[in-house]
Amino acid sequence: MNTPSFELQAAPPAKLVVEGVSKWFRTPRAEVQALDNINLRVAEGEFVCLVGPSGCGKTTLLDIMAGLTKADNGRVLSDGEAVDGPGRHRLVMFQEPALFPWLDAFGNVMFGLKRKPGLSDSKRREIADHHLRLVGLETFRNADVHELSGGMKQRVALARALAPDPSVLLMDEPFAALDAITREQLYGDLQDIWHKRRKTIVFVTHDVREAACLGDRVFLLSPSPGRIREEFTIPLARPRDINSPELAAIVQRITLALRSHLVESREAAE
Amino acid sequence: MRRTLVAIVFFGALLLIWQTATASGRWSPVLLPPPWLVAQYLWDAGRDGSLLEATLVTVKRLLVGYVIGIVIGLPLGLLTSTSRYLEDTVGALALGLQTLPSVCWVPLALLWFGQTEFAMLFVVVMGTMWSVVLATNSGARNIPPIYARAARTMGSRGVDMWTHVILPAALPYVVSGMKQGWAFAWRSLMAAEIFVTILTGFGLGQILQYGRELNAMDQVIGVMLVIVAIGLAADKLLFSPWERFLHRRWGTGLK
Repeated sequence: MNTPSFELQAAPPAKLVVEGVSKWFRTPRAEVQALDNINLRVAEGEFVCLVGPSGCGKTTLLDIMAGLTKADNGRVLSDGEAVDGPGRHRLVMFQEPALFPWLDAFGNVMFGLKRKPGLSDSKRREIADHHLRLVGLETFRNADVHELSGGMKQRVALARALAPDPSVLLMDEPFAALDAITREQLYGDLQDIWHKRRKTIVFVTHDVREAACLGDRVFLLSPSPGRIREEFTIPLARPRDINSPELAAIVQRITLALRSHLVESREAAE
Repeated sequence: MRRTLVAIVFFGALLLIWQTATASGRWSPVLLPPPWLVAQYLWDAGRDGSLLEATLVTVKRLLVGYVIGIVIGLPLGLLTSTSRYLEDTVGALALGLQTLPSVCWVPLALLWFGQTEFAMLFVVVMGTMWSVVLATNSGARNIPPIYARAARTMGSRGVDMWTHVILPAALPYVVSGMKQGWAFAWRSLMAAEIFVTILTGFGLGQILQYGRELNAMDQVIGVMLVIVAIGLAADKLLFSPWERFLHRRWGTGLK
């Protein structure tokens, strides 16, 4: 994409662009449209949340951004280049930690780094240790995966995803399986890390509060087929407290919108 | 310390029962020699080198055949895990041949290769390979798909994916398959050595068989003890380290 028109496009440069993405799932019985004409621009260093009820295709959308699933229509551009398959420029944090049990915490963080070219081995170790410190797990460097608690596992997964310095970090409900106390702690950690590193993050969740707490912008998706219905900009200063009244007011607005879209799409289905 | 003591007491008691039984005079010493006669045989055969030589011949056959079996079985198992068609064909073949007691390969090996080292190796390879194929196949198929997805996003694919994700993830299965393969190989090799005289080297099975022909029961029991000892040593040296590693990393079987 070296055409002049591209250079003339309005700033800020989009880190991740989703253009007219649609996706159908074919089962022997029927064809279900999971995503319908999704358009999205994520700027560099932006924290974007996708919220919607289960079945709205948000995970599918994230998979398409990651390159793990192919879109039937449309395309995804990452740093201006069309996404064609998964790659280390867009790392994913899944709902499960997906840590490798045959490696210790350090080995797991090293996995992505080892596959990143142009680094010396000592540099890789240094980066891995730095990221274990960043998530506060330096003392668990050589712990086996089964020795870590659920929250610690997700922190290692976060360190593993951040260490190779991906262009975009894609997070698929990474805290959904954790208890509330651990989760709130991780909201703080994540905001802190995001503040330090200014990573571009796309965060998928079904929890409106979580989305409003973390995102610069929140996109509301509605199901069958998955569509982006509304966009909210969250004007609150960071770090945000998930229990603050200001946040609660915004959450209420988004929740009301979510509800009305749900009613609409249910009526449309009937 | 306490566990060692318990073990010593247990095996000491077994020896004592054996000794008492032979001393009672109810059985002919030809059929049931006392422990010290067996010890005497082991001492003599150990000193003149015949026992050591036979052990080396047998262990070499076993190790070479075993390694060949793994080198063929491991990639074949990974391969069958990639496709339904391969599993329906090669996988079914492996399952069939694994259920075949590997001693059944002895007559065929003799007809094909004659009384040669190669016949011995063939039997050991057949004993090992199919268990490894099946275990690797089911190990690779039982890996949580999320591992491969996570690895792909981190830039792993092709050979790297096989060697650094699928194989290690399947390791608990692979190791138990290798252990089973070892047991099958060891049994079939003993059977082959007892059946067949191979002139290029006398293995433990052959010495055992000569013991029978000479009515030298001390030799028979002595060689049997050596065979047991090799089995235990293989377990301790070859498999225990792996199993300890797996238990520690996967956090299984901590008791």
